[in-house]
Amino acid sequence: MIDFLKRLFGQTGSSSTAKERLRLVLMTDHLELAPEMVDAMKRDLVDVISRYVEVDREKIDVTFEQQDKTLAMLANIPILAVNRNGNVVPPASNGHLPSAAAPAPAAQSAPEPAAQTAPVAEPPPKRKRRRRKKSKPAIPAPALLVSGGVLSAAK
Amino acid sequence: MHVLKPDELQVPAGKAEATKLGRAIVVTSGKGGVGKTTTTANLGTALAQRGATVALVDADVGLRNLDIVLGLESRVKYHLLDVLEGAATLDDALVADKHSPTLRLLAAAQAREKEDVETEKMRALVQTLRERFDYVLIDSPAGIELGFKNAVAGAQEAIVVCTPEVSAVRDVDRVVGLLGNAFQPQLVINRLRPQLVKKGKMLSVDDVNAILRLPLLGVIADEPEIIVATNRGEPLALRKEAPTGAAYRAIAARLAGDDVPAPMPPVTQTFFDRLGAIFGGKRA
Repeated sequence: MIDFLKRLFGQTGSSSTAKERLRLVLMTDHLELAPEMVDAMKRDLVDVISRYVEVDREKIDVTFEQQDKTLAMLANIPILAVNRNGNVVPPASNGHLPSAAAPAPAAQSAPEPAAQTAPVAEPPPKRKRRRRKKSKPAIPAPALLVSGGVLSAAK
Repeated sequence: MHVLKPDELQVPAGKAEATKLGRAIVVTSGKGGVGKTTTTANLGTALAQRGATVALVDADVGLRNLDIVLGLESRVKYHLLDVLEGAATLDDALVADKHSPTLRLLAAAQAREKEDVETEKMRALVQTLRERFDYVLIDSPAGIELGFKNAVAGAQEAIVVCTPEVSAVRDVDRVVGLLGNAFQPQLVINRLRPQLVKKGKMLSVDDVNAILRLPLLGVIADEPEIIVATNRGEPLALRKEAPTGAAYRAIAARLAGDDVPAPMPPVTQTFFDRLGAIFGGKRA
């Protein structure tokens, strides 16, 4: 009864909302204030992915987006080629993979076949959001989409 | 430069004679209106009431307010920029407090701009004050621009004032990032309303400090008596019977190194609390 009355008069705690907003805004702030860290992370991310597939380093796009309750890192990494044998290229090697790679699944989140085509005309930045969604025919090239993962606040 | 003699400050001889430099502490927050000036005035008063010699420097050039909170506005003849530019001596500009014989105020210039202050001169001035006072408290302006940088210039320590609000915590987080490790910032949480915290309508002390992770000097409640004190120009730290005054004195004691607990405003039980306890049992 008391609980019902509390809810009726809007007495549910807003401090938890404040806490949540504060946590998110500070994570975003800290990322903005540490561009070197973000760059280093981007580099490391690409280095790791490059061990498995050949990616277009020039067109990599990493953004951070505040979603409902999390801060998501969205990485759009166009794939140029996939090693047909599934051999892992040792780290530090950036050698080009055989160019006649057969269609192969690129990544779970990019279900289009990995055709050996360079990305078609670069889409306008506005479309970035849409490209995150699965199976969008607008995707110009196979792309690795890394998303999600709550980042903990770093001072 | 003429040096204030110990007897002029009415402090035990030896204290001011000591060659040891005083502590220069900047009071800052990033966000405006969280209570920097009130905190500076009260901590200065409380430290002086303990017998320490204290200089309060209003670094908020263009928006002078510390003199008002201390009730000294009619005594200010020269200001910070007069001293920095050589138009007045430090002794002419230091205003003696009405209530605490060992407290002095160096007011900000009202009709000038923050850009008129030279950072190096400010640093030198604070150094001079440290030679003569046990404590130099510098009231920083809001913001993180030049005015803030000048206020910080001569300080070795920092007190950050934060209210339990998202915006204030965010700004303090930024300021602490700018200060770096060198200033060992300590936290004063101001304007806490224990009743609201209890109802889950306001960030608690733990909520704030889970994010800021700073040594807590103390917590000041949002009390009407603070407004009354500012209206009168009499810092609450002087009032023995005022709970908020006691909190300021406890913070001053902690600042001075006394081993006393951080003051925390109590939750007073209201009529409705008791009613709720009767009908609703345990409250969340």
